[in-house]
Amino acid sequence: MSRLPRTTANDRKFYTQMTGYLGLILQGALVTIELTLMGSVLALIMAFLAGMGRVSRFFILRAIATVYIEFFRGTSIFVQLFWVYFVLPFAGLSLTPLQAGVLALGLNVGAYAAEVVRGAILSVGREQYEACTALNLGRWQGMRHVILPQALLVMLPTFGNNAIELLKATSVVSLISLADLTFQAQVVRSQTGSTLMPFVSVLVIYFALALIISWGVRTLERRMARGLDGVRV
Amino acid sequence: MPTPIIKVDAISKSFGAFKVLDGLSMQVMPGEKLALIGPSGSGKTTILRILMTLEKIDGGHIQVDGEQLYHMERNGQLLAADERHLARMRQKIGMVFQLFNLFPHKCVMDNVTLAPMLTKGVARAAAEKRAMELLDMVGLADKAKAMPAQLSGGQKQRVAIARALALSPKIMLFDEVTSALDPELVEEVLNVMRKLAAETDMTMLLVTHEMGFAHDFADRVLFFDRGRIVEEGKPDEIFRHPKQERTQSFLKKIIAAGHRV
Repeated sequence: MSRLPRTTANDRKFYTQMTGYLGLILQGALVTIELTLMGSVLALIMAFLAGMGRVSRFFILRAIATVYIEFFRGTSIFVQLFWVYFVLPFAGLSLTPLQAGVLALGLNVGAYAAEVVRGAILSVGREQYEACTALNLGRWQGMRHVILPQALLVMLPTFGNNAIELLKATSVVSLISLADLTFQAQVVRSQTGSTLMPFVSVLVIYFALALIISWGVRTLERRMARGLDGVRV
Repeated sequence: MPTPIIKVDAISKSFGAFKVLDGLSMQVMPGEKLALIGPSGSGKTTILRILMTLEKIDGGHIQVDGEQLYHMERNGQLLAADERHLARMRQKIGMVFQLFNLFPHKCVMDNVTLAPMLTKGVARAAAEKRAMELLDMVGLADKAKAMPAQLSGGQKQRVAIARALALSPKIMLFDEVTSALDPELVEEVLNVMRKLAAETDMTMLLVTHEMGFAHDFADRVLFFDRGRIVEEGKPDEIFRHPKQERTQSFLKKIIAAGHRV
């Protein structure tokens, strides 16, 4: 009889501890989401700048875009992050871990996505460019109103892949002590000695986030494709 | 005598080792309806594309509406035209393509209004009013909100004609505009062109394999072969009494293939 109250107190303590730890992990998830969103925005900007630079008629723009893409695809995201966080301060540019993470992730994934933008622009048929010329649209007008809207539809599925890659790559920021999802899981693991709870939680959360991205991109794709095939309007 | 609206002078053009146009010269009078016929690879489509600035020329000169097309006169010297000059010259010319080249992501109305709004700064309301007139003219006023993918080939081509007309060009180029159409849809496009010829004084150049239509429609027929004009004349002369042997054998083949003359 006398053992029961003791056990209840222990249980209660265990539960408070566990919810506390789960709270830590969820805080980490917020950081991961934040990184993913801001990184994706930067990646998108870089992708369009560099992707359109690659198809520019100006040599210098093509050269800059090519160097950027090859450099950031050809070196690892770890090294890029370390450079941004640890080396840039020597050049007088100190960034917070979050800023460094967003910058490295955005530049890295942007380089991959730039090739997607380039490929999609080139996939739009020559006859569309010729229609633009025949209607006397300027290069930029044609790009903005005719080519890009059609190319965007080609880009979207691969952009979805890129965003999921970016989401998973956010875990590298734990190396510069940013308390993201992976970082918090390690913290919880070392504090509780439990491996299963934190690692199952982060697995589920990463997967759920990736699903949300997939679903969002698919919805966007469906909406944009509306009317193009003559069936759905 | 009025001056020609198009003066092509000794144009040459090669694709790699293949000489498409070999010192081609021709003149077109304002309001003239011209049919360009000939075997494929004879250069008839290429000269249309050159007039629309879709191909560069290797040599020669072209004058459109009294101005050099590919050259600019600066201090008495002829320089290669820059993009601004080309853009100004393109205002005089419109083109309709074999495969329509409509913008698939825009509805019929937006296809027609896009260029006037962007290149001439026409307000949306005015552009749409004009577009409705043109769509009405080609018999598609009820399709303004349709997407290109919902239209038949003949309807697409009529939209493409309305789209080109929306910029009010002085010269219209028609590049095999019925070649990609099912036979029963050809007539609706030809009817629009007949109407256009009857109601406007636009200069019209058409590359076609519809010999019957060329015969009825054109003021003058040019027969192309190997980058040169082999024979030209009134439709009756070319189709009924061709002088050159090349023309005779071409027409014989065309008739054997079932085309009506």
